[in-house]
Amino acid sequence: MKARQTAVTRTQNPALRYIYLITVFFLTLTGFGQMPIFKRYYIADIPGFGWLAQFYVTHYIHYLGAILILALASYMIIDYLILQQKRIRLTASGYVRGAILIGILVSGIFLILRNLSGSRFAPEFIIFLDITHLGLVITFLIVSGYCLVRKRRWVAQR
Amino acid sequence: MGPEISRRTFLRGGIAAAAGLAAGSIPGAAAAAAPQEKTQLATLLDISKCVGCEACVEACSEVNADKYPQPKKPFPKMYPARVPVEDWSEKQDVTERLTPYNWLFIQHAFVTVNGEEQEITVPRRCMHCVNPPCVKLCPWGAARQLENGISRIDSDICLGGSKCKKVCPWDIPQRQTGTGLYLDILPSFAGNGVMYKCDRCYNRIAEGEVPACIEACPEDVQTIGPRDEIIQKARALAKEMNGYIYGENENGGTNTIYVSPVPFEELNKGIETGKGKPHLKPVKDTMAQANNLTTAMVLAPVAGIAAAVGKFVKLTKNHQ
Repeated sequence: MKARQTAVTRTQNPALRYIYLITVFFLTLTGFGQMPIFKRYYIADIPGFGWLAQFYVTHYIHYLGAILILALASYMIIDYLILQQKRIRLTASGYVRGAILIGILVSGIFLILRNLSGSRFAPEFIIFLDITHLGLVITFLIVSGYCLVRKRRWVAQR
Repeated sequence: MGPEISRRTFLRGGIAAAAGLAAGSIPGAAAAAAPQEKTQLATLLDISKCVGCEACVEACSEVNADKYPQPKKPFPKMYPARVPVEDWSEKQDVTERLTPYNWLFIQHAFVTVNGEEQEITVPRRCMHCVNPPCVKLCPWGAARQLENGISRIDSDICLGGSKCKKVCPWDIPQRQTGTGLYLDILPSFAGNGVMYKCDRCYNRIAEGEVPACIEACPEDVQTIGPRDEIIQKARALAKEMNGYIYGENENGGTNTIYVSPVPFEELNKGIETGKGKPHLKPVKDTMAQANNLTTAMVLAPVAGIAAAVGKFVKLTKNHQ
């Protein structure tokens, strides 16, 4: 049963799965790159990683990743609701990860709005957004790591 | 353009913004602010009037002395070893550049005007950008933009990572090691002090006063007022003196507008630039590149939904 679940969920669309993983990887990398840590800790000194210390570059790539993840998340949610729901269901860990991901997306959208000229968010709200966004990403990584080790899938067959 | 006009302009348009600032600093009171209280205030600097007397520099130091860093020594050992200790506490009297203890300095340009060699002096400090990258890209929200256009760094929150300086087109913020919140977290491994820069006397403005540098200037170099009015005045002044404007469009627009009888390209060649000594080059809008992607971000979910619906329609047709 477990092997069947894995087969079902892993072959839903391998291309989408890889796009998702690559997008999350670059979003995480460039997201942490918003903090001045990669140069301090020599990571930007590794040949090919110098761009991690260039804040405008990581910022731009982070935005590109956000576009991809927004499109991907919208596709997956609608596809699940109108097509896949009869065949598969979200697991408990799928719900947890989905909820965290939505939290990351929502706080990220607010941060994008904050960056527009003329945005008028209270400083306290901006601090809340910054900490929430970072905290949710760290939580997401921990939960995803746990799910990877314990082989917990996003979805299972009904 | 004199001090009376400056103050009248300020009192007419600026006090409202000052009230907004005061209200904004009280939690829950910001929503009560009237629309005109959210006007961005800008300063106009008529460089042709500046004589380089440094009265503004002295006034800035005097008024803001209580905001200056008081680092604890010895500094915690920081890892890795490449993390620089930046200590200006023994050099507090340095006035020829920006430091954590000197937020305004006079830059000297040696240029030729009408065939005559001249020395032109330019007061330099934070430009207070309309969309400030130091504020928008600060990962902790330590840098903030007030509703009246002032961008300032909260020294209680700043960790001194210096990102604000790296993203600032003029490298304005300056770091002092050994002070601030990082000392209470992981002083050896994260943070490195606090970043300091001109806050355009936000507390004085909140009390209905003008910034100290404006008040102290004997030549009335500076004028403060709503940005739209200041831009109009700058254009009129530039036309009158057949001069040039800097700051109106730099970095997408700033709230510090210089008017000079000499092209800024020439002034930039005539000034000494480097650490703590900002340039006067044209600056493109640093936030625009990423912000231009915002439209694509709005369209991305639409594209995702369209793809899912398209797939559904296709499968339904095939099924039939």
